[in-house]
Amino acid sequence: MMSLALGQVTHGYGGRPVLQDVSLEVPAGRALVIMGRNGAGKSTLLRLLALLELPDRGEVLVDGAPVPRPVPLALRRQVALVFQQPLLFHSSVFNNVAYGLKLRGLPRREIRARTEWAMDLVGLTTLAARDATRLSGGESQLVSLARALAIRPAALLLDEPGGDLDQENARRIAEVVRSYHETVGASAVLVTHDLLQARSLASQAVLLKQGRIAARGSFDSVLRQASALVDAEI
Amino acid sequence: MNDLWGAVGHAVHLLVTGEDYVWEIAARSLFVSGLSTLLAAVVGIPLGSLVGLKRFPGKRLVVTLLNMGMALPPVVVGLFVYLLLSVSGPLGFLRLLYTPWAMILAQTVLAGPMIAALTVSAVMSANPAIRQTALSLGATSWQATLTLLVESRFAMGAALVAGFGAVISEVGAVMMVGGNIAHSTRVMTTAIMLETGKGDFQLAIALGLLLLLLAFVVNLGLHALQHGRQPA
Repeated sequence: MMSLALGQVTHGYGGRPVLQDVSLEVPAGRALVIMGRNGAGKSTLLRLLALLELPDRGEVLVDGAPVPRPVPLALRRQVALVFQQPLLFHSSVFNNVAYGLKLRGLPRREIRARTEWAMDLVGLTTLAARDATRLSGGESQLVSLARALAIRPAALLLDEPGGDLDQENARRIAEVVRSYHETVGASAVLVTHDLLQARSLASQAVLLKQGRIAARGSFDSVLRQASALVDAEI
Repeated sequence: MNDLWGAVGHAVHLLVTGEDYVWEIAARSLFVSGLSTLLAAVVGIPLGSLVGLKRFPGKRLVVTLLNMGMALPPVVVGLFVYLLLSVSGPLGFLRLLYTPWAMILAQTVLAGPMIAALTVSAVMSANPAIRQTALSLGATSWQATLTLLVESRFAMGAALVAGFGAVISEVGAVMMVGGNIAHSTRVMTTAIMLETGKGDFQLAIALGLLLLLLAFVVNLGLHALQHGRQPA
Protein backbone atom coordinates (compact mmCIF):
# COMPACT_ATOMS: atom_id res chain seq x y z
CA MET A 1 0.00 0.00 0.00
CA MET A 2 1.35 3.39 -0.94
CA SER A 3 -0.10 6.88 -1.03
CA LEU A 4 1.05 9.41 -3.61
CA ALA A 5 0.56 13.17 -3.54
CA LEU A 6 1.62 16.35 -5.27
CA GLY A 7 2.00 19.48 -3.15
CA GLN A 8 1.73 22.82 -4.98
CA VAL A 9 3.65 21.49 -7.93
CA THR A 10 4.75 23.70 -10.79
CA HIS A 11 6.64 22.02 -13.60
CA GLY A 12 7.53 22.70 -17.22
CA TYR A 13 9.97 22.20 -20.05
CA GLY A 14 12.21 24.78 -21.69
CA GLY A 15 10.74 27.60 -19.61
CA ARG A 16 7.18 26.71 -20.63
CA PRO A 17 5.04 25.76 -17.63
CA VAL A 18 2.99 22.59 -18.13
CA LEU A 19 1.63 22.21 -14.60
CA GLN A 20 0.96 25.14 -12.30
CA ASP A 21 0.31 24.94 -8.58
CA VAL A 22 -1.15 21.45 -8.73
CA SER A 23 -1.98 19.64 -5.49
CA LEU A 24 -3.67 16.27 -5.33
CA GLU A 25 -3.61 13.06 -3.34
CA VAL A 26 -4.04 9.41 -4.17
CA PRO A 27 -4.66 7.67 -0.83
CA ALA A 28 -3.13 4.21 -0.36
CA GLY A 29 -5.11 1.55 -2.16
CA ARG A 30 -7.42 4.05 -3.90
CA ALA A 31 -7.84 4.86 -7.56
CA LEU A 32 -7.94 8.27 -9.21
CA VAL A 33 -8.88 9.23 -12.73
CA ILE A 34 -7.26 12.24 -14.39
CA MET A 35 -9.20 13.85 -17.18
CA GLY A 36 -8.57 16.77 -19.44
CA ARG A 37 -8.03 17.51 -23.08
CA ASN A 38 -4.75 17.08 -24.96
CA GLY A 39 -1.99 19.35 -23.68
CA ALA A 40 -3.63 19.82 -20.28
CA GLY A 41 -0.58 18.31 -18.54
CA LYS A 42 -1.93 14.83 -17.76
CA SER A 43 1.10 12.89 -18.97
CA THR A 44 3.50 15.25 -17.18
CA LEU A 45 1.52 14.76 -13.99
CA LEU A 46 1.84 10.98 -14.39
CA ARG A 47 5.59 11.25 -14.96
CA LEU A 48 5.91 13.18 -11.71
CA LEU A 49 3.82 10.64 -9.81
CA ALA A 50 5.95 7.86 -11.37
CA LEU A 51 9.01 9.62 -9.88
CA LEU A 52 10.63 9.78 -13.32
CA GLU A 53 11.02 13.53 -12.82
CA LEU A 54 10.88 15.85 -9.85
CA PRO A 55 9.00 19.15 -10.08
CA ASP A 56 10.60 22.54 -10.67
CA ARG A 57 8.68 23.80 -7.63
CA GLY A 58 6.60 22.02 -5.01
CA GLU A 59 6.88 18.46 -3.75
CA VAL A 60 6.01 14.91 -4.62
CA LEU A 61 5.04 13.02 -1.49
CA VAL A 62 5.08 9.26 -0.94
CA ASP A 63 3.24 8.08 2.17
CA GLY A 64 3.21 11.70 3.33
CA ALA A 65 6.97 12.22 3.12
CA PRO A 66 8.62 14.43 0.47
CA VAL A 67 10.61 12.49 -2.12
CA PRO A 68 14.31 13.41 -1.83
CA ARG A 69 16.59 14.34 -4.73
CA PRO A 70 17.85 12.15 -6.30
CA VAL A 71 14.91 9.78 -6.09
CA PRO A 72 15.91 6.62 -4.18
CA LEU A 73 15.80 3.61 -6.49
CA ALA A 74 13.86 1.53 -3.95
CA LEU A 75 11.10 4.15 -3.98
CA ARG A 76 10.97 4.41 -7.76
CA ARG A 77 10.76 0.63 -8.03
CA GLN A 78 7.45 0.62 -6.16
CA VAL A 79 5.74 2.56 -8.93
CA ALA A 80 5.09 1.41 -12.50
CA LEU A 81 3.93 3.55 -15.40
CA VAL A 82 2.28 2.14 -18.52
CA PHE A 83 2.72 4.54 -21.41
CA GLN A 84 0.09 5.45 -23.96
CA GLN A 85 2.28 4.19 -26.82
CA PRO A 86 3.90 1.07 -25.41
CA LEU A 87 7.46 0.37 -26.44
CA LEU A 88 8.23 -3.32 -26.46
CA PHE A 89 11.80 -4.53 -26.61
CA HIS A 90 13.11 -6.64 -29.50
CA SER A 91 12.65 -9.91 -27.73
CA SER A 92 9.97 -12.45 -26.91
CA VAL A 93 6.75 -11.57 -25.07
CA PHE A 94 8.03 -13.58 -22.10
CA ASN A 95 11.29 -11.63 -21.95
CA ASN A 96 9.41 -8.34 -22.17
CA VAL A 97 7.13 -9.24 -19.29
CA ALA A 98 10.10 -10.53 -17.27
CA TYR A 99 12.17 -7.37 -17.93
CA GLY A 100 11.42 -5.50 -14.69
CA LEU A 101 11.99 -8.63 -12.62
CA LYS A 102 15.38 -9.25 -14.22
CA LEU A 103 16.36 -5.65 -13.44
CA ARG A 104 15.71 -6.42 -9.79
CA GLY A 105 17.99 -9.47 -9.89
CA LEU A 106 15.31 -11.87 -8.64
CA PRO A 107 15.96 -15.63 -8.66
CA ARG A 108 15.22 -17.28 -12.00
CA ARG A 109 12.43 -19.44 -10.57
CA GLU A 110 10.63 -16.41 -9.12
CA ILE A 111 11.03 -14.50 -12.39
CA ARG A 112 9.40 -17.37 -14.28
CA ALA A 113 6.56 -17.73 -11.77
CA ARG A 114 5.74 -14.01 -11.66
CA THR A 115 6.06 -13.60 -15.43
CA GLU A 116 3.67 -16.50 -16.03
CA TRP A 117 1.28 -15.06 -13.42
CA ALA A 118 1.25 -11.66 -15.16
CA MET A 119 0.85 -13.19 -18.63
CA ASP A 120 -2.00 -15.34 -17.36
CA LEU A 121 -3.65 -12.28 -15.80
CA VAL A 122 -3.86 -10.53 -19.17
CA GLY A 123 -4.43 -13.71 -21.18
CA LEU A 124 -1.11 -13.74 -23.04
CA THR A 125 0.17 -17.18 -22.10
CA THR A 126 -0.14 -18.55 -25.61
CA LEU A 127 1.95 -15.68 -27.00
CA ALA A 128 4.92 -16.16 -24.63
CA ALA A 129 7.40 -17.16 -27.34
CA ARG A 130 6.25 -14.63 -29.95
CA ASP A 131 8.39 -11.69 -31.06
CA ALA A 132 6.93 -8.81 -29.05
CA THR A 133 7.61 -6.25 -31.77
CA ARG A 134 5.33 -8.09 -34.20
CA LEU A 135 2.16 -7.99 -32.13
CA SER A 136 -1.02 -6.06 -32.85
CA GLY A 137 -1.74 -2.77 -31.05
CA GLY A 138 -4.08 -4.46 -28.57
CA GLU A 139 -1.65 -7.27 -27.83
CA SER A 140 1.18 -4.76 -27.37
CA GLN A 141 -0.88 -2.84 -24.82
CA LEU A 142 -1.59 -6.06 -22.94
CA VAL A 143 2.12 -7.01 -22.92
CA SER A 144 2.97 -3.53 -21.66
CA LEU A 145 0.40 -3.89 -18.88
CA ALA A 146 1.60 -7.40 -17.97
CA ARG A 147 5.18 -6.08 -17.85
CA ALA A 148 4.14 -3.49 -15.29
CA LEU A 149 1.98 -5.90 -13.27
CA ALA A 150 4.75 -8.53 -13.09
CA ILE A 151 6.74 -6.26 -10.78
CA ARG A 152 3.66 -5.96 -8.52
CA PRO A 153 3.92 -2.22 -8.03
CA ALA A 154 2.40 -0.57 -4.97
CA ALA A 155 1.16 2.16 -7.32
CA LEU A 156 0.13 1.53 -10.91
CA LEU A 157 -0.06 4.50 -13.27
CA LEU A 158 -1.67 4.23 -16.68
CA ASP A 159 -1.58 6.76 -19.49
CA GLU A 160 -4.55 6.20 -21.82
CA PRO A 161 -4.59 2.41 -21.54
CA GLY A 162 -6.45 1.13 -24.55
CA GLY A 163 -6.67 4.62 -26.00
CA ASP A 164 -6.30 3.41 -29.57
CA LEU A 165 -7.90 0.04 -29.05
CA ASP A 166 -11.21 -1.50 -29.94
CA GLN A 167 -13.90 -1.73 -27.28
CA GLU A 168 -13.23 -5.35 -26.40
CA ASN A 169 -9.50 -4.86 -25.75
CA ALA A 170 -10.14 -1.60 -23.85
CA ARG A 171 -12.68 -3.43 -21.65
CA ARG A 172 -10.24 -6.28 -21.11
CA ILE A 173 -7.52 -3.88 -19.97
CA ALA A 174 -9.93 -2.12 -17.60
CA GLU A 175 -10.92 -5.48 -16.10
CA VAL A 176 -7.31 -6.51 -15.54
CA VAL A 177 -6.44 -3.19 -13.92
CA ARG A 178 -9.51 -3.31 -11.65
CA SER A 179 -8.74 -6.90 -10.67
CA TYR A 180 -5.13 -6.03 -9.79
CA HIS A 181 -6.14 -2.86 -7.96
CA GLU A 182 -8.76 -4.69 -5.89
CA THR A 183 -6.89 -7.91 -5.13
CA VAL A 184 -3.43 -6.45 -4.43
CA GLY A 185 -4.69 -3.20 -2.93
CA ALA A 186 -2.42 -1.12 -5.13
CA SER A 187 -3.03 2.57 -5.66
CA ALA A 188 -3.94 3.38 -9.24
CA VAL A 189 -3.90 6.55 -11.31
CA LEU A 190 -5.50 6.49 -14.71
CA VAL A 191 -5.43 9.05 -17.48
CA THR A 192 -8.21 8.41 -19.94
CA HIS A 193 -10.75 9.93 -22.29
CA ASP A 194 -12.93 6.86 -21.96
CA LEU A 195 -15.58 7.80 -19.39
CA LEU A 196 -16.95 4.26 -19.10
CA GLN A 197 -13.49 2.90 -18.46
CA ALA A 198 -12.81 5.70 -15.97
CA ARG A 199 -16.03 5.12 -14.07
CA SER A 200 -15.44 1.38 -13.84
CA LEU A 201 -12.02 1.89 -12.26
CA ALA A 202 -12.19 4.89 -9.94
CA SER A 203 -14.61 6.75 -7.77
CA GLN A 204 -12.44 9.89 -7.55
CA ALA A 205 -11.50 12.17 -10.41
CA VAL A 206 -9.49 15.28 -11.19
CA LEU A 207 -10.03 17.52 -14.18
CA LEU A 208 -6.97 19.31 -15.54
CA LYS A 209 -7.29 22.42 -17.64
CA GLN A 210 -4.25 24.22 -19.03
CA GLY A 211 -2.00 22.77 -16.35
CA ARG A 212 -4.27 23.64 -13.42
CA ILE A 213 -6.85 21.61 -11.57
CA ALA A 214 -10.25 22.79 -12.75
CA ALA A 215 -12.36 20.32 -10.78
CA ARG A 216 -11.88 17.50 -8.29
CA GLY A 217 -13.96 15.17 -6.17
CA SER A 218 -16.11 12.14 -6.75
CA PHE A 219 -16.25 10.99 -10.32
CA ASP A 220 -19.94 11.90 -10.58
CA SER A 221 -19.47 15.34 -9.03
CA VAL A 222 -16.67 16.16 -11.46
CA LEU A 223 -18.94 15.08 -14.27
CA ARG A 224 -21.71 17.32 -12.89
CA GLN A 225 -19.53 20.40 -13.11
CA ALA A 226 -20.90 20.80 -16.53
CA SER A 227 -19.44 24.14 -17.41
CA ALA A 228 -15.91 23.01 -16.64
CA LEU A 229 -16.45 19.76 -18.49
CA VAL A 230 -17.93 21.43 -21.53
CA ASP A 231 -15.05 23.88 -21.48
CA ALA A 232 -12.62 20.94 -21.40
CA GLU A 233 -14.50 19.33 -24.30
CA ILE A 234 -14.92 15.97 -22.70
CA MET B 1 33.68 -12.00 -75.17
CA ASN B 2 34.19 -15.75 -75.66
CA ASP B 3 37.55 -15.42 -73.92
CA LEU B 4 35.84 -13.79 -70.98
CA TRP B 5 33.25 -16.59 -70.64
CA GLY B 6 36.01 -19.14 -71.04
CA ALA B 7 37.90 -17.46 -68.22
CA VAL B 8 34.79 -17.45 -66.04
CA GLY B 9 34.23 -21.14 -66.73
CA HIS B 10 37.82 -21.95 -65.81
CA ALA B 11 37.54 -19.77 -62.71
CA VAL B 12 34.49 -21.72 -61.56
CA HIS B 13 36.41 -24.94 -62.23
CA LEU B 14 39.27 -23.64 -60.07
CA LEU B 15 36.88 -22.88 -57.24
CA VAL B 16 34.96 -26.16 -57.48
CA THR B 17 38.05 -28.34 -57.69
CA GLY B 18 39.48 -26.59 -54.65
CA GLU B 19 42.67 -25.06 -56.02
CA ASP B 20 44.93 -24.73 -52.94
CA TYR B 21 46.39 -21.39 -53.99
CA VAL B 22 42.91 -19.81 -54.26
CA TRP B 23 41.65 -21.13 -50.94
CA GLU B 24 44.87 -20.23 -49.13
CA ILE B 25 44.48 -16.61 -50.26
CA ALA B 26 40.79 -16.60 -49.40
CA ALA B 27 41.47 -17.98 -45.92
CA ARG B 28 44.15 -15.33 -45.30
CA SER B 29 41.80 -12.57 -46.46
CA LEU B 30 39.13 -13.77 -44.08
CA PHE B 31 41.61 -14.03 -41.20
CA VAL B 32 43.14 -10.57 -41.75
CA SER B 33 39.87 -8.73 -42.37
CA GLY B 34 37.89 -10.71 -39.79
CA LEU B 35 40.41 -10.07 -37.01
CA SER B 36 40.73 -6.39 -38.04
CA THR B 37 36.96 -5.96 -37.84
CA LEU B 38 36.87 -7.66 -34.45
CA LEU B 39 39.64 -5.44 -33.07
CA ALA B 40 38.02 -2.35 -34.59
CA ALA B 41 34.73 -3.35 -32.94
CA VAL B 42 36.38 -3.81 -29.54
CA VAL B 43 37.47 -0.16 -29.71
CA GLY B 44 34.79 1.31 -31.99
CA ILE B 45 31.60 0.07 -30.31
CA PRO B 46 32.42 1.26 -26.77
CA LEU B 47 33.85 4.53 -28.13
CA GLY B 48 30.83 5.11 -30.37
CA SER B 49 28.43 4.25 -27.55
CA LEU B 50 30.18 6.64 -25.19
CA VAL B 51 30.20 9.49 -27.71
CA GLY B 52 26.58 8.82 -28.65
CA LEU B 53 25.27 8.64 -25.10
CA LYS B 54 27.25 11.31 -23.27
CA ARG B 55 26.92 15.05 -23.49
CA PHE B 56 30.25 16.86 -23.42
CA PRO B 57 31.85 20.01 -24.84
CA GLY B 58 33.15 19.41 -28.36
CA LYS B 59 30.87 16.43 -29.00
CA ARG B 60 29.90 17.76 -32.42
CA LEU B 61 33.57 18.04 -33.39
CA VAL B 62 34.28 14.47 -32.25
CA VAL B 63 31.28 13.17 -34.24
CA THR B 64 32.46 15.11 -37.30
CA LEU B 65 35.98 13.68 -36.95
CA LEU B 66 34.60 10.14 -36.66
CA ASN B 67 32.43 10.70 -39.73
CA MET B 68 35.50 11.98 -41.58
CA GLY B 69 37.30 8.83 -40.44
CA MET B 70 34.80 6.78 -42.42
CA ALA B 71 36.27 8.22 -45.58
CA LEU B 72 39.94 7.60 -44.73
CA PRO B 73 41.78 6.75 -47.98
CA PRO B 74 43.32 3.26 -47.57
CA VAL B 75 46.61 4.33 -49.17
CA VAL B 76 46.99 7.16 -46.66
CA VAL B 77 46.33 4.75 -43.81
CA GLY B 78 48.78 2.35 -45.43
CA LEU B 79 51.41 5.07 -45.62
CA PHE B 80 50.83 6.04 -41.97
CA VAL B 81 51.12 2.44 -40.76
CA TYR B 82 54.14 1.88 -43.03
CA LEU B 83 55.97 4.84 -41.46
CA LEU B 84 54.99 3.62 -38.03
CA LEU B 85 56.32 0.10 -38.60
CA SER B 86 59.31 0.82 -40.85
CA VAL B 87 62.73 0.17 -39.36
CA SER B 88 63.25 3.85 -38.56
CA GLY B 89 59.67 4.27 -37.30
CA PRO B 90 58.56 4.33 -33.65
CA LEU B 91 57.30 0.73 -33.82
CA GLY B 92 60.01 -0.55 -36.15
CA PHE B 93 61.53 -2.70 -33.42
CA LEU B 94 58.45 -4.93 -33.58
CA ARG B 95 59.47 -6.03 -37.10
CA LEU B 96 55.85 -6.31 -38.21
CA LEU B 97 56.16 -4.70 -41.63
CA TYR B 98 55.31 -7.12 -44.49
CA THR B 99 53.56 -9.52 -42.12
CA PRO B 100 49.81 -10.19 -41.80
CA TRP B 101 49.92 -8.31 -38.47
CA ALA B 102 50.84 -5.08 -40.23
CA MET B 103 47.87 -5.62 -42.54
CA ILE B 104 45.62 -6.27 -39.55
CA LEU B 105 46.82 -3.05 -37.92
CA ALA B 106 46.17 -1.02 -41.09
CA GLN B 107 42.70 -2.48 -41.59
CA THR B 108 41.85 -1.95 -37.92
CA VAL B 109 42.70 1.74 -38.35
CA LEU B 110 40.44 1.81 -41.43
CA ALA B 111 37.47 -0.01 -39.87
CA GLY B 112 37.65 1.55 -36.39
CA PRO B 113 36.31 5.03 -37.22
CA MET B 114 33.65 3.54 -39.47
CA ILE B 115 32.32 1.22 -36.75
CA ALA B 116 32.56 3.99 -34.14
CA ALA B 117 30.76 6.54 -36.35
CA LEU B 118 27.97 4.10 -37.27
CA THR B 119 27.61 3.17 -33.59
CA VAL B 120 27.29 6.87 -32.66
CA SER B 121 24.58 7.21 -35.27
CA ALA B 122 22.79 4.07 -34.03
CA VAL B 123 22.82 5.19 -30.40
CA MET B 124 21.85 8.80 -31.12
CA SER B 125 18.95 7.79 -33.34
CA ALA B 126 17.64 5.16 -30.92
CA ASN B 127 14.08 5.75 -29.75
CA PRO B 128 14.19 7.88 -26.55
CA ALA B 129 11.21 5.86 -25.31
CA ILE B 130 13.55 2.89 -24.77
CA ARG B 131 15.29 4.65 -21.90
CA GLN B 132 12.03 6.05 -20.50
CA THR B 133 10.38 2.63 -20.59
CA ALA B 134 13.35 1.03 -18.84
CA LEU B 135 13.36 3.70 -16.11
CA SER B 136 9.59 3.41 -15.65
CA LEU B 137 10.04 -0.30 -14.91
CA GLY B 138 12.68 0.33 -12.27
CA ALA B 139 15.95 0.36 -14.21
CA THR B 140 18.95 2.17 -12.78
CA SER B 141 20.53 4.73 -15.09
CA TRP B 142 23.18 2.15 -16.05
CA GLN B 143 20.58 -0.56 -16.69
CA ALA B 144 18.58 1.85 -18.86
CA THR B 145 21.72 2.66 -20.86
CA LEU B 146 22.49 -1.04 -21.28
CA THR B 147 18.93 -1.65 -22.48
CA LEU B 148 19.32 1.13 -25.04
CA LEU B 149 22.56 -0.42 -26.30
CA VAL B 150 21.00 -3.88 -26.47
CA GLU B 151 18.07 -2.44 -28.44
CA SER B 152 20.58 -0.83 -30.84
CA ARG B 153 22.27 -4.18 -31.48
CA PHE B 154 20.87 -4.57 -35.00
CA ALA B 155 22.30 -1.22 -36.10
CA MET B 156 25.60 -2.10 -34.42
CA GLY B 157 25.62 -5.42 -36.25
CA ALA B 158 25.15 -3.48 -39.46
CA ALA B 159 28.14 -1.30 -38.48
CA LEU B 160 30.28 -4.43 -38.09
CA VAL B 161 29.20 -5.75 -41.47
CA ALA B 162 29.91 -2.38 -43.10
CA GLY B 163 33.36 -2.30 -41.49
CA PHE B 164 34.14 -5.83 -42.66
CA GLY B 165 32.88 -5.06 -46.15
CA ALA B 166 35.13 -2.01 -46.36
CA VAL B 167 38.34 -3.76 -45.28
CA ILE B 168 37.97 -7.02 -47.17
CA SER B 169 37.60 -5.10 -50.42
CA GLU B 170 40.39 -2.56 -49.93
CA VAL B 171 43.74 -2.99 -51.61
CA GLY B 172 45.81 0.14 -50.98
CA ALA B 173 46.69 -0.33 -47.33
CA VAL B 174 47.36 -4.07 -47.41
CA MET B 175 49.53 -3.69 -50.49
CA MET B 176 51.67 -0.99 -48.83
CA VAL B 177 52.21 -2.68 -45.47
CA GLY B 178 51.88 -6.33 -46.55
CA GLY B 179 53.80 -6.27 -49.78
CA ASN B 180 51.71 -9.01 -51.48
CA ILE B 181 54.20 -11.77 -50.61
CA ALA B 182 53.14 -15.22 -51.80
CA HIS B 183 52.15 -17.64 -49.00
CA SER B 184 52.63 -14.87 -46.46
CA THR B 185 50.75 -11.61 -47.05
CA ARG B 186 48.89 -12.18 -50.30
CA VAL B 187 45.16 -11.61 -49.96
CA MET B 188 42.36 -11.65 -52.53
CA THR B 189 42.50 -8.00 -53.56
CA THR B 190 46.29 -7.89 -53.96
CA ALA B 191 46.26 -11.25 -55.75
CA ILE B 192 43.62 -10.02 -58.21
CA MET B 193 45.83 -7.02 -59.00
CA LEU B 194 48.88 -9.23 -59.47
CA GLU B 195 47.20 -11.88 -61.62
CA THR B 196 45.55 -9.24 -63.80
CA GLY B 197 48.95 -7.61 -64.31
CA LYS B 198 50.43 -10.98 -65.26
CA GLY B 199 47.59 -11.63 -67.69
CA ASP B 200 46.26 -14.65 -65.77
CA PHE B 201 42.65 -13.57 -66.06
CA GLN B 202 41.23 -16.96 -65.13
CA LEU B 203 42.81 -16.88 -61.69
CA ALA B 204 41.97 -13.18 -61.30
CA ILE B 205 38.33 -13.87 -62.17
CA ALA B 206 38.21 -16.87 -59.83
CA LEU B 207 39.43 -14.67 -56.98
CA GLY B 208 37.08 -11.89 -58.04
CA LEU B 209 34.13 -14.29 -57.98
CA LEU B 210 35.14 -15.48 -54.54
CA LEU B 211 35.36 -11.87 -53.33
CA LEU B 212 31.92 -11.14 -54.79
CA LEU B 213 30.56 -14.27 -53.12
CA LEU B 214 31.94 -13.09 -49.78
CA ALA B 215 30.44 -9.62 -50.30
CA PHE B 216 27.12 -11.29 -51.11
CA VAL B 217 27.24 -13.44 -47.96
CA VAL B 218 28.14 -10.38 -45.88
CA ASN B 219 25.21 -8.42 -47.32
CA LEU B 220 22.94 -11.40 -46.77
CA GLY B 221 24.04 -11.33 -43.13
CA LEU B 222 23.27 -7.62 -42.96
CA HIS B 223 19.82 -8.21 -44.40
CA ALA B 224 19.17 -10.99 -41.89
CA LEU B 225 20.29 -8.71 -39.06
CA GLN B 226 17.96 -5.93 -40.13
CA HIS B 227 14.90 -7.97 -41.03
CA GLY B 228 15.16 -11.31 -39.28
CA ARG B 229 14.89 -10.03 -35.73
CA GLN B 230 14.38 -13.24 -33.85
CA PRO B 231 13.33 -13.13 -30.20
CA ALA B 232 16.23 -13.43 -27.80
